[in-house]
Amino acid sequence: MTAVMAPVGTTARRFRALSRRRLGATVVVLSAVVVLLFVVSLVVGSVVVPPVDAVLATFGVGEDATVFVIQELRLTRAGAAALVGIALGVSGTLFQRVLGNPLASPDFLGVAAGAGTAAAAALVLGGVAGFTLSGYALLGGLATAALVYFLAWHRGVSEYRFILVGIGVGALASSVTSYLVARAEFSDARAALSWLVGSVGMATPGLLRVVAVLLVVLAVSGPGLARMLRALELGDEPARMLGARAERDRFVLLGVAAVLVSVATAAVGPVAFVAMLAGPLAAIALGPTSRSILASGLMGAVILQVADLLAQHALAWPISTGVVTGAFGAPYIAWVLISAARETSAG
Amino acid sequence: MSTTRVAPPSSVARRSGRALGLLPAALVLLVLVLISVGLGSRDVAPADVWQALIGSTDRADATVIREMRMPRTLIALVVGAALALGGTILQGLARNPLADPGVLGINAGAALAVVAGALVFGAMPASAAVWFAFAGAALATVAVYTIAAVGREGATPVKLALAGAAATALCGSFSSAILLADPDALNELRMWQVGALAGRYYPVLVQLAPYFAVGIVAALFTGRALNLLSLGDELASTLGLRIDRTRGVLFAIVALLCGAATAACGPIVFVGLMIPHLARLITGPDYRWILAYSTVLGPVLLLGSDILGRVLLPTAEVPVGVVVGVLGAPVFVLLVRFRRIVTI
Repeated sequence: MTAVMAPVGTTARRFRALSRRRLGATVVVLSAVVVLLFVVSLVVGSVVVPPVDAVLATFGVGEDATVFVIQELRLTRAGAAALVGIALGVSGTLFQRVLGNPLASPDFLGVAAGAGTAAAAALVLGGVAGFTLSGYALLGGLATAALVYFLAWHRGVSEYRFILVGIGVGALASSVTSYLVARAEFSDARAALSWLVGSVGMATPGLLRVVAVLLVVLAVSGPGLARMLRALELGDEPARMLGARAERDRFVLLGVAAVLVSVATAAVGPVAFVAMLAGPLAAIALGPTSRSILASGLMGAVILQVADLLAQHALAWPISTGVVTGAFGAPYIAWVLISAARETSAG
Repeated sequence: MSTTRVAPPSSVARRSGRALGLLPAALVLLVLVLISVGLGSRDVAPADVWQALIGSTDRADATVIREMRMPRTLIALVVGAALALGGTILQGLARNPLADPGVLGINAGAALAVVAGALVFGAMPASAAVWFAFAGAALATVAVYTIAAVGREGATPVKLALAGAAATALCGSFSSAILLADPDALNELRMWQVGALAGRYYPVLVQLAPYFAVGIVAALFTGRALNLLSLGDELASTLGLRIDRTRGVLFAIVALLCGAATAACGPIVFVGLMIPHLARLITGPDYRWILAYSTVLGPVLLLGSDILGRVLLPTAEVPVGVVVGVLGAPVFVLLVRFRRIVTI
């Protein structure tokens, strides 16, 4: 991570080199974990496929039965956990850093809920699927984000008003979603519930392709986004002196984050709290001196992969991924609230 | 917090004005009751509704009205009152304009306990389920309030809302996990989980009536304590209020009201948020009056929403929980956006 202003002196330089090495190591380790978990989710299941066979089968090499199990049953799910996880992780960390609040995740800002409502409406009322479905989710997510931004904006964006307005708008959206799902009379009530809490198993190859394309675009524009983010984090005044247009940059970054979470929600439904957890967990791995969008994205993938493995295999019956992430995310929120309160009391 | 004070001793005129104000509210409620009873796939004229109620006919109309629409309407009345009173007490207790049994995750906690009870002990009547609901509501209330109250500034609106959102997410997750294990329960509880009055008949009402009665009557007597609490802990205890014991009793009443309401028709949000504010707008800050108005306005909102849900779409019913959610969210946002008008 190159700082915007070059630090002076050898101590600072050595310090920077150290934290950059730690950043590099973290990204390498996280990538390795993502690949490992990807293979594990191909291997594990009612039929255990040896790792080498599983990897070969993704390319269509091996016995017909194995290739079928891997390609038709497990590959999409394993890929969805990794790709959607990255999208959610990046989206969450963008929201958190632009708004300067660890709880400012798309879960609370209503964006995921709005995207989910639009997707559910398109699916239930219009029978839309695949690429078009993610288009509707995108519209819903962006419209919700714009609505929350508009409602919360009052001489600047105060993060807490942003979050509270988001909770309210999100509650509205989830009301409508639960109605749509209840009305749909899914032959399988489990499918309906999956829509409400989100599950990686819902992803289809078509939607996954949309997510993949989006991530490629993101990777290309990543350095530019990182530069905007760093300038913003210096504060509005220094950012302006460096030539950054703070309000515009903030808008662009929040827009990118909203697009990512909307498409992710179209693919797997509103899986709770992955976006919220990814950034802070990546920060723990990176240490206090550096921050990285890439590491947050990878951490998002790890979280979603682990959650989905737990959802599929931890209990005697399979549950939706969102159930697991909800169960782990909620205590984290409580912890953030309590530790933040302790700090203000001590200070 | 400029309006944090007990109402000045009301003049007789002011007091009778507020008492008279209850009359139109009660009239609206009566009209809604008649509409609710007469309206449905089989429309019944108001005159026949009356005939059926006093029991002088025994045609099919009368059966529909007495066996299906009356209990549904009565449940809407008590649940509306219970949620509105629960919300009023919570707002006074936490001195917090965003407190609501739904927003704080109390109803979600009650729902989780009911679902968990159904998993362990199988299907059970409302009279048994309600005890699980009480336990769940009480646990959720205490947990959310405790988490939000850590720190010097106490339970701020933001912290309460976030802790409540976390509790809702957690309880929702566990409820879903349990329901996914049990397809029969899932099919049965699917509509209940959204918050619905449809299909709730006399057994539910009769079994839960004692709890509603105790809860609502007890709540109506909390006005003085809430008024004292609104002065701040120190002043209230100087004036002879035993703070901790009062808090405990108030929390217990909230758990009783919300547990019974959730057992009756699922977790419903925002009734307890909207009604106390509306009542406060009419009456001013005296909690005795806010409570009285909440008892009438809560049922107006819930019954009105239920009727709206029944006529909104030609083909199907919209569950009352969804209608209230759609109506309540904008109010919540307004309260956040224009906090000045709602300082407690």
